[in-house]
Amino acid sequence: MPILDHLWIIPLLPLLGSAINGLLGGKWPNKIVNSVALGATGLSFLFALEAIREFFAGGQVLFRKHFFDWISAGAFTAGFDLQMDQLTVVMVLVVTGVGFLIHIYATGYMAHESGYYRFFSYLNLFMFFMLILVLAANYVLLFVGWEGVGLCSYLLIGFYFLKKSASDAGKKAFIVNRIGDFGFMLGMFLLFRTFHTLDFTTLFAAASNPAWGHEAWGQFGTFTIACLLLFMGATGKSAQLPLYVWLPDAMEGPTPVSALIHAATMVTAGVYVVARSHILFVHSETAMVVVAVVGCATAFFAATIGLVQTDIKRVLAYSTVSQLGYMFLACGVGAFSAGIFHLMTHAFFKALLFLAAGSVIHAMGGEQDMRKMGGLSEKIKYTYRTMLIATLAIAGIPPLAGFFSKDAILLSAFQITGGHPLYAIGLLTALLTSFYMFRLIFLTFYGKPRYDEHHVHVHESPWSMLGPLVVLAVLSVIGGWIAAPALWGGPDYFTSFLAPVFASAQGAEAVNEAAAHQLEIILAIVAVTSALIGLGVAYWLYVRQPGKPEQIAKSMRPVYNTILNKYYVDEFYAAVIIKPLMWISTNVLWKFVDVAAIDGTVNGIASGATSIGDTVRHTQSGNTRSYAVWVVIGALVVIAVIFFWPASRPVIGMVR
Amino acid sequence: MPAGPLLSILIFLPAIGALALLLLRSNDHEWIRRLAFAVSLAEFILSLWWLLRGVPLGSTGYQLEELHPWIALGAHGSLTQTYINYHLGVDGISLFLVILTTFLTVVSILCSWNSIQKRVKEFFIALLLLEVGVVGVFLSVDLFLFFLFWEVMLIPMYLLIGIWGHDRRIYAAVKFILYTMAGSILMLVGILWLYNATGTFDLQSIQQALQNGALVLPRGTETLLFLAFFVAFAIKVPLFPFHTWLPDAHVEAPTAGSVMLAGVLLKMGTYGMIRFCLPLFPDASHRFAPAIAVLAIIGIIYGALVALVQPNLKKLVAYSSVSHLGFVVLGIFAFQVISVQGAVFQMLAHGISTGGLFLLVGMLYDRRHTFEMSQFGGLATPMPRLAAFFLFVALSSLGLPMLNGFVGEFLILLGTYQAHWNWAAWAATGVILSACYLLWSYQRVFFGEITVEKNRTLADVSARERWILVTVAVITLWMGIGSVFITGRTAAASQSVIEQMTRPHRAYDARTPLEATPEVGQQTSGSASAIPKQNSLERPGTR
Repeated sequence: MPILDHLWIIPLLPLLGSAINGLLGGKWPNKIVNSVALGATGLSFLFALEAIREFFAGGQVLFRKHFFDWISAGAFTAGFDLQMDQLTVVMVLVVTGVGFLIHIYATGYMAHESGYYRFFSYLNLFMFFMLILVLAANYVLLFVGWEGVGLCSYLLIGFYFLKKSASDAGKKAFIVNRIGDFGFMLGMFLLFRTFHTLDFTTLFAAASNPAWGHEAWGQFGTFTIACLLLFMGATGKSAQLPLYVWLPDAMEGPTPVSALIHAATMVTAGVYVVARSHILFVHSETAMVVVAVVGCATAFFAATIGLVQTDIKRVLAYSTVSQLGYMFLACGVGAFSAGIFHLMTHAFFKALLFLAAGSVIHAMGGEQDMRKMGGLSEKIKYTYRTMLIATLAIAGIPPLAGFFSKDAILLSAFQITGGHPLYAIGLLTALLTSFYMFRLIFLTFYGKPRYDEHHVHVHESPWSMLGPLVVLAVLSVIGGWIAAPALWGGPDYFTSFLAPVFASAQGAEAVNEAAAHQLEIILAIVAVTSALIGLGVAYWLYVRQPGKPEQIAKSMRPVYNTILNKYYVDEFYAAVIIKPLMWISTNVLWKFVDVAAIDGTVNGIASGATSIGDTVRHTQSGNTRSYAVWVVIGALVVIAVIFFWPASRPVIGMVR
Repeated sequence: MPAGPLLSILIFLPAIGALALLLLRSNDHEWIRRLAFAVSLAEFILSLWWLLRGVPLGSTGYQLEELHPWIALGAHGSLTQTYINYHLGVDGISLFLVILTTFLTVVSILCSWNSIQKRVKEFFIALLLLEVGVVGVFLSVDLFLFFLFWEVMLIPMYLLIGIWGHDRRIYAAVKFILYTMAGSILMLVGILWLYNATGTFDLQSIQQALQNGALVLPRGTETLLFLAFFVAFAIKVPLFPFHTWLPDAHVEAPTAGSVMLAGVLLKMGTYGMIRFCLPLFPDASHRFAPAIAVLAIIGIIYGALVALVQPNLKKLVAYSSVSHLGFVVLGIFAFQVISVQGAVFQMLAHGISTGGLFLLVGMLYDRRHTFEMSQFGGLATPMPRLAAFFLFVALSSLGLPMLNGFVGEFLILLGTYQAHWNWAAWAATGVILSACYLLWSYQRVFFGEITVEKNRTLADVSARERWILVTVAVITLWMGIGSVFITGRTAAASQSVIEQMTRPHRAYDARTPLEATPEVGQQTSGSASAIPKQNSLERPGTR
């Protein structure tokens, strides 16, 4: 049975796993829950591998299949259509592969939590929606996955629902995502109005038609607006300015969730959508600039916040926001394959960082504050080593994965016209990245222990947790090598693999091969140097002069506080949007319009009627003589009407 | 498939059930419930079977028609004698509304099993009579008959709120009936005017007369007639600013009353708009569409914002209905096939999901005798199942894809956008707001530590409750995935609603030949289509 023809199996398996665990798992021991969840994800991974093998065997042509009609009305139809192309291959591998590893890790990490079955049910459900997202062959089905992963994110962030902060964070994530989805939906509507379809194949074919005039391709043409609306959705899902606020709070969820959803897969969905829609984006210069600028700004902005955070997971969260910014920067400068490349390597090393952080937290008995750690490198060796590898990778030290992907992005930014400011900010962000990541390493693993050694019994995690760490560490090292030959003038296998997808985008390749290659080498050296500077500064501040950071913070108190409080963006949103809205809703809309104005009028009419009735009831006096008078008056009026009514104006309804 | 007066049986079967209930002893509660349940279940099964078989896929026009002269008007044997017809029929639009009604009646009876303890017999009789009225409204193809059922439905609902309601039940019941009556009087005037002009109450005949030019409405008259009908329906929907009866009625009504009210009674308003306002008065509909759209959008945003700040859970759900029904009205008055289809779907989806929400709120009330959210908090701990069902239904209500709420909302917005992007953009903010009020209230009710000691020992869903909720959940899911089953059947009818709106304008252009009315021939009606000519000539108001 060729799996490619039955692509639905790949997402269906996790859905089944989720349903089985969710409905029946409550009474089962952890072991059975485990095997259902792991079985579903693992099988899904194997089926995905087989499907991809068939895809390669079939000569790598876009595979697309319609399974059933899902929504249909008038001229609109959205089918349950799945597709597989090179971009899908990368995404499916990342989702199922990393997802499976994180599932294994979670069996160890969550072993002592109540609601074990609930956790795995949600996690499998997430896999289902994420796979739908990346396999979908039209925007509407993609939107199913898009909203669905948001739901799972909500459920998993709020997993510890007894904690108010956790349920607040879950709610915030969903609502902020919905704001983005508002844009995404309007984008779909506009696309449908323009192209009369939301199927990728037909829509993109129509969009590439050169017959579109200025109205569509102009600065504020249809394409620009559609792209910006889609991008609005992407900023929500991928936590970019100004909708990034939910992601740091999402760290309330269990750590495997942070690794899977809020680092490796879901948050990259925005990048995926932009890459998937690249044909639209490349036709709109405005949209591309917006994507690049927003990505670049977010990368820098989030990195600065990351510099001062003390919660180990929050540092990683801001780092994720920042790295996602890089991916958008890549897309915005037209280097879609570099963006996807960074998406993949980031999935490896960021998942590893989170899982390792989880292992640290596990070892520390739940402590997340780095100020209460220190000197752990000897006690949890495997965790330390794997986390160090991930840190080297994200900092962009060769030959680890992050070096290649970040280098590709910076190079592309440098090469486009007017891209130098973007490049400069990107480079500076790389330096900051290296600094805050090594700050994390030094605070956590170096120096003297700052925790109470009598109470906290630091212990290495079980192999169910360390195993995935090791695998991800290997991937963080070798994950970028596929693009390595490019560095010495060979082909970039990753880019050429994705080339069929991004064919139309990569029109303007570097003209002068030799010069371009030389430039690449120079930029690589600059990037590595800046990473080393970041490392050096962190070493000097946190290992050599441990008192120094405190002094610096003190000397720049206002700046430090602003950054520590995340530029007060949350407070700003609360004061400018949420509070006024609540006040208006309560006092103006509800209490004034509804209760006072409308109901007041209605009740007023009612009491008016009562008092009129009260007045005129006095005519019903029971006095025969007064009745006689009324009869006479009435008769006179009727006669008067009959005689004096103008003949030219018949009374309505009396004609017949 | 049996032959015979199937639709009449569907309408009057519950009435027969009500009569049978009368024969039971008043204190024999168990048998009263069982009989009521059996009748409603039979009704539901029959409606499923007969209607789904009776309305073939892709059919246009009314099916399973029944037409009998009923009340003779005018002198016996004279030339001008006409009849009020007993005319029933079902098409793609009314099909699922009837099924929704019969389904929700079963649910209402089940959910009242233990919570209604006083005047049990009367309660179930009222519920069954309500079903008679509502099914009758959806199946009538004669204006007089329609109006009759419209009024019949009011009385049991009035009693349900007024007798079995909560503390302020009398106020709410009177408010409900006055609001609705105010609207129906306007509609009655409109119906009488149409009869006066055409000599018939038959919807199809009137429609035909309007289409083939036998009856021409001057602009002003059409406006007045349109408004007479529209306001009646708008009050029922309820459209902002006619909505203030709804929160009161919902909060005071017993659970079954709320389920029926939100589930089907509100849909009579939007159904009326599709069935009467659009096909009969297309020009006025077009003229008023922008104003109506603005009201609908205000309703969407306003309802959501007021829902957001309600401390009372049931009122919150009630205001969310105002918001959701705003989408339906918007979809109808965008005049796009896609949006009308979406509107019809949304009517059904809202019936299930808001009906479900009221059920769940009612279950909370049964346990705690309050709707105040401050009295809840942390309920997921004692009642995880109820919490799961609540979340599921709330998600469908906020339009999560793959659940039923999404399909309707998406089609409405998509269709509306094609004609008026700004309407759709404003309305789409409702998508954000619905997430806000539903998730925030969910958090306050179910998440966190238990704050009120009494809540610690609340029982989770009982077996009976679980079966109701599972059914609702399954339907929710099925409608979200297999929506084509429904939209495929509503397609032709929605299409023809839009087609009927584009009528040749002989009224303003005498040169247009009469033959340019292709729709006329397609009417499958066997009804008396002969319009007394003199009526249209003597039409009042023309000078």
